[in-house]
Amino acid sequence: MSPRTGRTARAGQYAALMCYLVFLAFPFLWLISTAFKPARELGSLHPTWIPEDPTLDNFRQAFDEQPLLRAAANSLTAALCAALIAVVIATPMAYVMARHRGRLSTAATGWVVVSQAFPFVLVIIPLFLVLKYLHLINSLWGLILVYVVWSLPFALWMLAGYVRAVPPELEEAAAVDGAGKARILISVTAPLLAPGIVATALFAFITAWNEFFFALVLLKTPEKQTLPVVLTHFLGAEGVADLGPLAAAAFLATLPSLVLFAIIQKRITGGLTAGAVKH
Amino acid sequence: MRRRLPALAAVTTALVLLLAGCSGEGGDRDADGTIRLSFQSLAWQKESVDANKQLVREWNAAHPGVQVDYVQGSWDNVHDQLLTSFEGGEAPDIIHDASDDLADFAYGGYLADLRTLLPDRLTEDIPQQSWATTTFGDGVYGVPFLQEPKVLIANKKILESSGVRIPTPEKPWSWPEFRQVTEQLTGKGTYGVAWPLKEPVSVTLNLGLSSGGQLFHRGADGKVTIRSNEGDRVMPGTVRDQVNSDRSAARSALGMGGSDTLPGFFGGKYAMVPLGFSYRQQVVEQAPEGFEWTVLPTPAGSGGLAQGVSPQTLSVAEDSPHKKEAAQFIDFLLRPPNMVRLARGDWMLPTGTEALADPALHTEENGWATGTALARSLRPAPAQSVRGYPEWKDKVATPALQEYYSGAIGTEELRKRLVDDGNRVLARYQR
Repeated sequence: MSPRTGRTARAGQYAALMCYLVFLAFPFLWLISTAFKPARELGSLHPTWIPEDPTLDNFRQAFDEQPLLRAAANSLTAALCAALIAVVIATPMAYVMARHRGRLSTAATGWVVVSQAFPFVLVIIPLFLVLKYLHLINSLWGLILVYVVWSLPFALWMLAGYVRAVPPELEEAAAVDGAGKARILISVTAPLLAPGIVATALFAFITAWNEFFFALVLLKTPEKQTLPVVLTHFLGAEGVADLGPLAAAAFLATLPSLVLFAIIQKRITGGLTAGAVKH
Repeated sequence: MRRRLPALAAVTTALVLLLAGCSGEGGDRDADGTIRLSFQSLAWQKESVDANKQLVREWNAAHPGVQVDYVQGSWDNVHDQLLTSFEGGEAPDIIHDASDDLADFAYGGYLADLRTLLPDRLTEDIPQQSWATTTFGDGVYGVPFLQEPKVLIANKKILESSGVRIPTPEKPWSWPEFRQVTEQLTGKGTYGVAWPLKEPVSVTLNLGLSSGGQLFHRGADGKVTIRSNEGDRVMPGTVRDQVNSDRSAARSALGMGGSDTLPGFFGGKYAMVPLGFSYRQQVVEQAPEGFEWTVLPTPAGSGGLAQGVSPQTLSVAEDSPHKKEAAQFIDFLLRPPNMVRLARGDWMLPTGTEALADPALHTEENGWATGTALARSLRPAPAQSVRGYPEWKDKVATPALQEYYSGAIGTEELRKRLVDDGNRVLARYQR
């Protein structure tokens, strides 16, 4: 390939990437634009990207009408706890699944994949009864428990992949040097797994942060409702919506995930590099 | 390992205590014997939520022995949420829903039969046709209290400058006249009408009543069959002709929801839009400065202005240990002045005769008077209590009507699908 052809190909790749990014960013940019538009502009036949008369009224109205801060605090508690617990449980389990191949491990992997196919509606009633028995209806801890159980299969599957990517020879070398199993896991494998653990935690966090149906069904009192449930209070029957405040609240609801991504993305990259040079 | 066991036990105990401490509060009575009821409301517009909360506060102030907790529900997934709550024995005592969502709950034994619980005042205040929307078998499982007719929201300037006759509830347009009018209003970048038919089934069935259409027919044995007569074809035929022959209805609107048509309406692209009565609030909020609009009745046929509705309802859970008190709260909430407050908050019509007579609902402003005049013509939506209707709607009627309105299939093919395929679906539910 000549340098010129290479440059053309590279330009094509960047153009395709830009198109993809624009495609991905479109709904989010539109959400931001809508959040700052006054009601009259929302009904315009010729909508503009930049609001002609930007306003914070939608944000004021959203905060006036719904307890967004309290709901955000509930969501944050549930999502952080769920992510932390899921990772703590999934890491040793994933290690066992990846390193000790056998019928049990294969069956467990199969079950993990199959369990992802269950729709929410199928599991919600038995789950509701179990949580009622445990007195965990209308409790954030009940919701956290559900989120952990719900995200655990995929977290396991994800982490098992990361474990398999760690060369067993490293662990064997550590064993030859006299390290015990626990020592090997903590000092050799865990640091190499760090990016995977962070990615898995992020996955569990976002799953819990965005989850709506379990929270809707399990939490009854307004004081305990999470952000996705409170957002639906801007929606009426037959798809009618209080669009401005809804967009404003939804925009605020996306911020924690974005911030977390921005922070963690560097860690994932850094972790990968660290893993590459580990001896 | 032995050293770790006590630590593990301590952690487990702490976790159990933590879980117990954080668990939801139970019980339906306070320590002092006060009865505690939960009222799950689906009100969502600010005025409506405010009205509901204020009424709950007024009740609580006047009834120290029976306190009501307001719980904010959501129209999104309300059916699944209620079903789970019923199955788990944790349903709210007082339930806000829509009448077309009640059949499964009523037949499933989740809702209390209200016949002996409601006072005569309330029973007599609400017309029989409204009670029919919440009557399943021999029981009444909800109090219908708010309803929403379809109306034509029209651009006043376009309408008046065209010289067409302006319809009133006393002298509405007939369907053929409506077709002529939309042709007259079409031109210079304006369509006479935009039919938002993203969800075409309920609109078609409900407006079909105006021409004597019924589609669903219950036999003496209680079984429902689908039959298509001349009246069933008037409304869909008019819309199809407007879109495909006259070009007086915007084809692009066929895939839209009601709110999606408003920008085009404000921009003068559509002269009229058939919408639910409560959409007036969005028009008030979003219409550009100086935009003049008016509310007109939908066209009439051999059935007059009749159209189907599925009112909003208040029910009592069968599992509630305080059904009598729950019914008393509903009676309080639906006293005529309170019903008016709720109706104005939701921009809808009350079902109660006394509330409907309130002067506040007869003002010309924002088309209240036109809507109120339509109230006596409102009937239960034709498929209200038909088991198997959701499947027929999703698998048979929605695609068939979408194809019909767009001109892809003809009248005979539509009839074949709605009736023949439809009866096969219903038969499975009525064995």
